[in-house]
Amino acid sequence: MLAEKKSKKGAFIALCCVAVLLILVIVLENTLDPIKNTTFFTVLRKGAVYALVASSMNLLNGFTGLFSLGQAGFMLVGAYTYAILTIPAASRDSVYYLYGGSAIHFSLPELFGGGAVGLILGVLAALVLAGLVAAGVAWLIGLPVLRLKSDYLAIATLGFAEIIRAVLQWDKLGPVTNGANALKNFPTFSSFNLGSGLRLSIFVAFLLSAVCIAVILLLINSSYGRAFKAIREDEIAAEAMGINLAKHKRLSFCISSFFAGVGGGLFAMAMNMAQAKTFTTALTYEILLIVVIGGIGSISGSCIAAFLYVAASEWWLRFLDTEIILKSGFKVPLLRNGFRMVVFSVVIMIVVLFFRKGIMGDKELPDLFRKRAAKGKEGSK
Amino acid sequence: MQYALSIILSGISLGGQYALIAIGYTLVYGILRLINFAHGDVFMVAGLFMVYLSTWFPLWVALPVMLLLTAALGFVIERSAYKPLRSAPRMSVMISAIGVSYLLQNLATYITGGLPKTYPELPLLSESITIGGVSTKWVTVVTPFLVVVLVFALTQLINHTKVGMAMRAVAKDFETSQLMGIKINSVISMTFIIGSFLAGVGSMLYFTNYPSIVPLSGALPGLRAFVAAVFGGIGSVPGAVVGAFIIGMSESVIKGSPFSIFSDAFTFALLIVILVVKPTGLFGEKVTDKV
Amino acid sequence: MKKKALSLLLSGAMVMGLAACGGGAATTQAPGASGDKVVRIGVFEPSTGDSGPGGKQEMLGMQYAWSETPTVEVGGETYQVELVYADNGSDSAKAPTAAADLVSKDVALVLGSYGSGVSIAGGPVFEEAGLAAIGVTCTNPGVTAGNDYYFRICFLDPFQGTVLANFAQEKFSAKKAYLLGELGNDYDQGLLTFFEQAFDGEVVKDSFPTNTADFSTYLNKAVSEGCDVIFCPVSIAYSTQIVKLAASMGLDTPILGGDTLDSNMVLEAAQNSEVQLYVSTFYQEGGAPEFDEGIKAYINGDATAMTNNGGNDTIAAVTAMGYDAYYTALEALKAAGSVNAADVKAALPNVTYTGVSGAIAFDATGDAVRDTAYIKTADTANNVWTLEATQTVK
Repeated sequence: MLAEKKSKKGAFIALCCVAVLLILVIVLENTLDPIKNTTFFTVLRKGAVYALVASSMNLLNGFTGLFSLGQAGFMLVGAYTYAILTIPAASRDSVYYLYGGSAIHFSLPELFGGGAVGLILGVLAALVLAGLVAAGVAWLIGLPVLRLKSDYLAIATLGFAEIIRAVLQWDKLGPVTNGANALKNFPTFSSFNLGSGLRLSIFVAFLLSAVCIAVILLLINSSYGRAFKAIREDEIAAEAMGINLAKHKRLSFCISSFFAGVGGGLFAMAMNMAQAKTFTTALTYEILLIVVIGGIGSISGSCIAAFLYVAASEWWLRFLDTEIILKSGFKVPLLRNGFRMVVFSVVIMIVVLFFRKGIMGDKELPDLFRKRAAKGKEGSK
Repeated sequence: MQYALSIILSGISLGGQYALIAIGYTLVYGILRLINFAHGDVFMVAGLFMVYLSTWFPLWVALPVMLLLTAALGFVIERSAYKPLRSAPRMSVMISAIGVSYLLQNLATYITGGLPKTYPELPLLSESITIGGVSTKWVTVVTPFLVVVLVFALTQLINHTKVGMAMRAVAKDFETSQLMGIKINSVISMTFIIGSFLAGVGSMLYFTNYPSIVPLSGALPGLRAFVAAVFGGIGSVPGAVVGAFIIGMSESVIKGSPFSIFSDAFTFALLIVILVVKPTGLFGEKVTDKV
Repeated sequence: MKKKALSLLLSGAMVMGLAACGGGAATTQAPGASGDKVVRIGVFEPSTGDSGPGGKQEMLGMQYAWSETPTVEVGGETYQVELVYADNGSDSAKAPTAAADLVSKDVALVLGSYGSGVSIAGGPVFEEAGLAAIGVTCTNPGVTAGNDYYFRICFLDPFQGTVLANFAQEKFSAKKAYLLGELGNDYDQGLLTFFEQAFDGEVVKDSFPTNTADFSTYLNKAVSEGCDVIFCPVSIAYSTQIVKLAASMGLDTPILGGDTLDSNMVLEAAQNSEVQLYVSTFYQEGGAPEFDEGIKAYINGDATAMTNNGGNDTIAAVTAMGYDAYYTALEALKAAGSVNAADVKAALPNVTYTGVSGAIAFDATGDAVRDTAYIKTADTANNVWTLEATQTVK
């Protein structure tokens, strides 16, 4: 098929684009005034994390057609795994002060010898473990839940996310999870800013997120990915074609959860803390909104939407929250605390109602160029 | 003993209030196959309507106006946010519901300025009563009876009126009933109006008991009522009511036990067990997929 | 397609319109019309979410102080002070971006926040930017521990918890206490633990999830367990509900609370009931008559301030603390002799100030040196707080 022949070239171009993006990010972070642009940087970091989480949800909801609302739960597992494994031993007493210290006395970055190397290896190992634990939990949950269909699956996964949250908040697990209290002091993106020299916090966020998303993309374009899409289109037809439904659904569920777990770890890094309270269903809805705004079944759509969503909700519209009195003494009406979120939700409603397919529909970014090129060459597709 | 009684009373009144919200979920799902995530927020807005109306009008005016406005809100939401998406995939409609829920919460935050509002005291309902040594409000006693009356009226409406027949037909088969000349849109609007009206009544009972309203007040009751609706078999009115009472009671009992932080988790665990054993809920109809 | 283009156009126009507003804002917001230099103080407070009411009361103190003294002498020059607000929404997930917003607005230092969780979440952002923050009423030890840039002017939870536990034992000879807090709220959970540690007797501990409205089961449990006191240091949104419920139940077990319960909204909930309510707090009305009078006039003269204060002019302790925090910030600016964030941070540890809530000085971790808490009780018949005891712990 045409698409397949082109895919090698496309992959190369995509790789180049990502490399350029990464370099651009390093340049941006080191040339712009770090104080004046803190919001911009924060939005970029958070956007990168949301892009990964949205892509992982898209893999499940958009490509496999499994409607799951458990994303926040898997992120929570990932965030906690990451945080618990990387809090420096010296800070443990102050973090776990309610429980008289932590039950875990090591920290991965220190285990790898500390310093820059230890930090990189420790964080990487902790993130991978975060993903693995999330995937393991997903596997367990998948046993009973994946037999359910559409809305019922959504409800059951949503329920499990809530159950996970309650368990992690349990007092009895306090020495490990710090009860319902925040975990903090672990390495964050800012830890990768090398003193006053090179600042790499955004680069690290982008790099980690980009690598994970690339893996998701490779998976989607593999034979597994085609099987997932077949299941999405028609389960019964897919089964008739010899696709093992149970196996592929479980695979998709676990892989999606793996990346949600990694995303949860990154989320904790971006937020400087991990607390079960933040991983509510509202977070899942937020991510679902991003997926839909970007286009169900489009990874590049999810990425673009993630950045737009974070920037719009937390940065561009923030001026709406403060009263503005113009020089002429005219007070701009309506502007008051909370107006930002009202405008933001109206914008979302407009997008949902008038751009049903989202920004990208089910196309990827390279598709847009390819189509045009194909049109030019063949006259018609 | 007194303690047990207080838990039972609290469970029954919670159950009744959840039931009124759950009916809204179940009716809409039955017809549109849509999980109306905004329903819990309609419930919260109904409470806010009452807060503001009662400062302008006497209670006997405010109460019916509140119910009317709530029903109108349901109607407007359906017309503006769901109707344009009737032919779109179900996921889009659900997202639209989440969007509406966002909008209502944020509007409420904006208008109340994020401050909790106090629900007005209603005569009789707000007054205290002592049953078997347990002090509670009249509303606790009234709730189950009111629910029974309303549900009875609703089943009469569904089973014995033309609108009800149309609703049942649409729920059974959307397209065929359209071909039969049923005005789909007015039936769907009717469903939303009834659902929102009941949510309005529910909010009156609920907020009389727990008289502080914040923009997120609807989220938790909404979620629990929704679980109740699924538990009882989504699409079935008696199922929703039975489910709501079971959920309300179990929530109350767990809260009274040393495992109080698991009250929501237990609710969901119960739900998952039911879904796995009987995927369509207690009273749900079995759906067979045709290839 | 046409329709799509149209809607695209429309929403585009809207965004442009909004952007235009924003552009206007940036140029007109600075008040320095007279040519004065401007120094910005960031206000990192929740005005939405469940801590919104408390955050608003705290801001009220700062706003009043600002209206009193809107200029400051720094290094021989007069600067106009501008308060820059960022709403952290009572949500630890939104706090870092709100904090970042303040950092990027080039503030000299930050005040806030009400609620310890958001302060903990925002802290690293300030630290990274080299910006000093003065916590006003965030009493959790985690706020300043391990963060050189966070200071605070209030007492800490271990102190407050001990004070209340001692009070419960002295006043009510309590043998069994019922502890109730919000799940995942650092403030609540910290206080409960410290109370438990200092309390010499049995405790029953419960946590409720965020957005809970039904507290009857919890209160009934406290009664059936035969607890002598109920300790519920929860945020205002919940405490009003708990107190109101206790009032309607005719509960006769005394309710103890931390500084969050010291609010006229809670007081109003207890009005004309039998509820015995005791709170520990930073400031008792009447402690500084001049301030009391001034702020009452300020609140009564401004409808928005009145609404934000819960509809009457009873002074919350957090308002007094906000007032003191503003002046402490001015002192810091004066001491630094510059409006540069780094200079302010360097000067802050040695700043002392005697405010309406008492003397303020910082120790090595950046915490206030304080050893006094006021315990107030609600006079439900007259709808006022009366001083019950002054407690100190060495």
